[in-house]
Amino acid sequence: MTTLIKNAHLVDPANQTATQIGELCNIYIVGGRISAISRSLASINPAKTKIKKEIDAQGCYVLPGIIDLCARLREPGQEHTSNIKSETRAAVSGGITRMICPPDTFPVIDTPAMAHMIQDRANEAGYAKVHPLGALTLGLKGERLTDMAMLIDARCVGLSNALQSVENTLVMRRAMQYASTYGITVFLTPRDPWLQGNGVVHEGTISTMLGLPAIPEAAETVGVARDLALIETAGVTAHFDLISCRRSVFKINEAQKRNVPVTASVAIHHLLCTENDIGAFDTRYKVMPPFRTQKDRDGLINAVNGGQIAAICSDHQPHGADAKLAPFSEAAVGIAGLDTLLSLTYGLVKNGKINLHTAISALTINPAKIAGIAAGSLGIGDQADLCLFDPEEQWTLCDTNMKSNGRNSPFMNTPLQGKVKMTLIAGKTVYTEPFQK
Amino acid sequence: MIPTISTIQFDQNQNLKHFLTINGLSHEILTSILDTAESFINFGEREIKKIPLLRGKTVVNLFFEPSTRTRTTFEIAAKRLSADVINLNATRMSTTKGESILDTVRTLEAMHTDMIIVRDSASGVAHLIASNLPEHVVVINAGDGRHAHPTQAMLDMLTIRQEKPDFTALKVAIVGDILHSRVARSQIHALNILGAAEIRVIAPRTLIPTKIEAMGVTVFTDLIGGLEDVDVIIVLRIQRERMDGQLIPSEQEYYNRYGLTQAKLKIAKPDAIVMHPGPINRGLEISSSVADGSQSVILNQVTNGIAVRMSIMARLMGGQEERT
Repeated sequence: MTTLIKNAHLVDPANQTATQIGELCNIYIVGGRISAISRSLASINPAKTKIKKEIDAQGCYVLPGIIDLCARLREPGQEHTSNIKSETRAAVSGGITRMICPPDTFPVIDTPAMAHMIQDRANEAGYAKVHPLGALTLGLKGERLTDMAMLIDARCVGLSNALQSVENTLVMRRAMQYASTYGITVFLTPRDPWLQGNGVVHEGTISTMLGLPAIPEAAETVGVARDLALIETAGVTAHFDLISCRRSVFKINEAQKRNVPVTASVAIHHLLCTENDIGAFDTRYKVMPPFRTQKDRDGLINAVNGGQIAAICSDHQPHGADAKLAPFSEAAVGIAGLDTLLSLTYGLVKNGKINLHTAISALTINPAKIAGIAAGSLGIGDQADLCLFDPEEQWTLCDTNMKSNGRNSPFMNTPLQGKVKMTLIAGKTVYTEPFQK
Repeated sequence: MIPTISTIQFDQNQNLKHFLTINGLSHEILTSILDTAESFINFGEREIKKIPLLRGKTVVNLFFEPSTRTRTTFEIAAKRLSADVINLNATRMSTTKGESILDTVRTLEAMHTDMIIVRDSASGVAHLIASNLPEHVVVINAGDGRHAHPTQAMLDMLTIRQEKPDFTALKVAIVGDILHSRVARSQIHALNILGAAEIRVIAPRTLIPTKIEAMGVTVFTDLIGGLEDVDVIIVLRIQRERMDGQLIPSEQEYYNRYGLTQAKLKIAKPDAIVMHPGPINRGLEISSSVADGSQSVILNQVTNGIAVRMSIMARLMGGQEERT
C-alpha cells in the first residue's frame, strides 16, 4: 500500500542543503518507508503501486520525526504524575517520534529487565518510541558500574548517571574506560556537587536580590573540565546534556577542535529564558541547571548556530499542578516540554536567531546520530517517521489543550509559533489534529 | 502585567494591601509609615495602652522559625490595636508528607483570620502565601529566609530618623554576614528609597553575595576603611551555627578583623550611632562596651519595633476598611 503526501514543503536537513530546505514535493511511502520523493509534483506515481491514502500537506512543512534526547516519562515510579502512554502520546502531538529517557526512574534503569520493560510498554502504547539510557552506576550511586554491555544488549542507546554526580573521579574514569570497551556513548550532565550544594538559582543578581541559595557557574564548568579530561584519556564517546552556560561551551569547543569525541545538547528553555524570568519567586522557572544570564543564553544560541551544541531537547519533566505551589527552594524542578519543543524552537527560527536548517538538524538528524539510532532522516528507504507542521499557525498552550499529564510550563498562555497537524510513525498516522483524549 | 516582587503588595487601587518587601515602595509610603509610628511611640507609657483600630480583627502570628523579639513585638503591637492575637509556633516539614504551607494558611483563612504575620526559613514564603490567599486576608512578612525582613528595616529607619532626621546626609555602614541577611537586604532597599548618601556593606568576600553592588551599595572588605566618616553603623548578627570554618575561619579571627570595638568605633564620625537587630553575640561581632555604650541605640530599636508594627498593621487594615 502506498501513502502519498502531496504538496509537502520538505525540511530534511540530513538530505538537503540549506538552500533546498522547504522545497515543494510529493512524498511516497510504501511499507512504512520512504519509497520516492518527486520534486516535479507531476501526477506520475514513481512508486508504481496503487495509492491507498493521500495526505494533502498544503502550507505545511514535512519534517522528520523529532528525536528528543532528554524526556522523563515518570514510569515506573511516579505514575501519579504521568506515564509512558500519556507522555508518548503527548510527544507525537508535538511531532516527537522518539524519546531518549534518562535512567532515574524508580527503580533505576540499571538492569536489562527494566530497560526491556520500558520499551515494551512504549511499544504497547503505540505512540513515540522510547529509547532508554541505562544507568552508568548501580542505583546511580556513583559507586559500582552497571552491567553495561548487557544494558546495551537490552537496547539502551547509552549510559548516564542522570542528574546524580559521580563524585568519585576514579569511578567515573573506570566507567568511561569500561564503556569505551564496547563503544558505548556516555551521556553526562556535568556538575560539581560541592559547588552545586543546595542551590536553586544561578548565582547572580537574582539570587542576591531574592536571597535564594545559589549555584555558581563554576558548578557546571568545573564538571565539564573534569569530565573532558577523563573523556579524552579514556577515549570514550561522550555527550553533555543540558549545558547552561557559555563558558562550558568554550571548553567543549576547545575539546571538539582537538577531535575529542564529545557532543553537547541544550534544553530549549535555556535558549529562551534567563535568571530574570524568576521575577517574584516564580517557581515555573525553577529548572536544573538553573537559568543563567542573558549573556549565557545568547552564548548558547551562538553555540547552536556554530555547531558546538548539536542538539536541542525538551528536558521534559512533568509534574502535577501542586508540585510548583511551594516555597521556591522546595518547589519541584523542571518544565513539561513535549507540547512546546517544536513550536518554541521554530519561534527562534521565526525571530531570526537560528536558521531553519540548523534548528531542524538539532531536533532530528543530530540527536539521532548522538544516540546512534537510524532515524531523523527522510531519505529514500528511511522509515517514514515524520510530522506535518504548519509554520504559520499561532496557538496558545493552556490547561485544557496541554497533552502531557504535566501542568508545569512557563510557556502557558503565551503565543506560540507553528503547530503540528499530523504525525506518522513508520507510515502510520499516530496523531492528527484535533487531538482526542 | 507580570507581577513583580513589589506589585503583589498592592491592590487594584494601588493601596498597600500586604507588607512583604521594602523593594519598590515609595518614599511617601515609607515616610508615612514612620510618621504614624512616631505618633505611637509614647503610647506604651499611657495608663491604658489600647486603641480600637483593629478591634474585632483576628491576627495570627504564624512563625515557622523561632523568634522572641519579632513575635513578641508583633503580638504587643496587635494587642495595643485591640486585635485578637493567636500565636502559632509551627514546625514545617519540607517533605511531601507534611501538610503543605498553603494548606496550613488556607485552614487559617477558613477560620476567618484577617491578618497573617508569617516567618519562615525559606525565601519567598510570604509572597507565596499572599499570592494564593483570597484578597481579604492581609499578609505581613516577619522574615523569609535570606530575602526580606521589611518591618525590621522600618523600625531601623525610625531609629535612625530619631537621631539623624536627614537621610540624604547619611553614610551608613552595614557590617557582617550580608550573604545570609534578610535584614541587610531590606535595610538597603529602605535606605536607598529614603535617599541615603552612601550605603556600605563591610564583610570578608565569603559573606558578600555576588553582584550586591546592583542593589546600590559600595562593598568594603576592611572594617577600618569602611567605617571612615560614617554616621550609622549597623552590626549584623553572626549566626554561630552557620560558621563551619569555611565562611569565616574562626570567631577569634572574625572578631579581630570585623568585631566592632571602642577603638574601631572611633574611626566613624564622633556622633555615629550603633545599631544591631539582635540577638547580640557579645565578643563576636560587637564588644559589650560598644553594645552598651553611649552611641548604642540598640534598645531604642526594640521599643520602636512595637510602634512601627502598629503603624504598618493600622495602615494595612485601615486600607481595608476604606475598601468595604
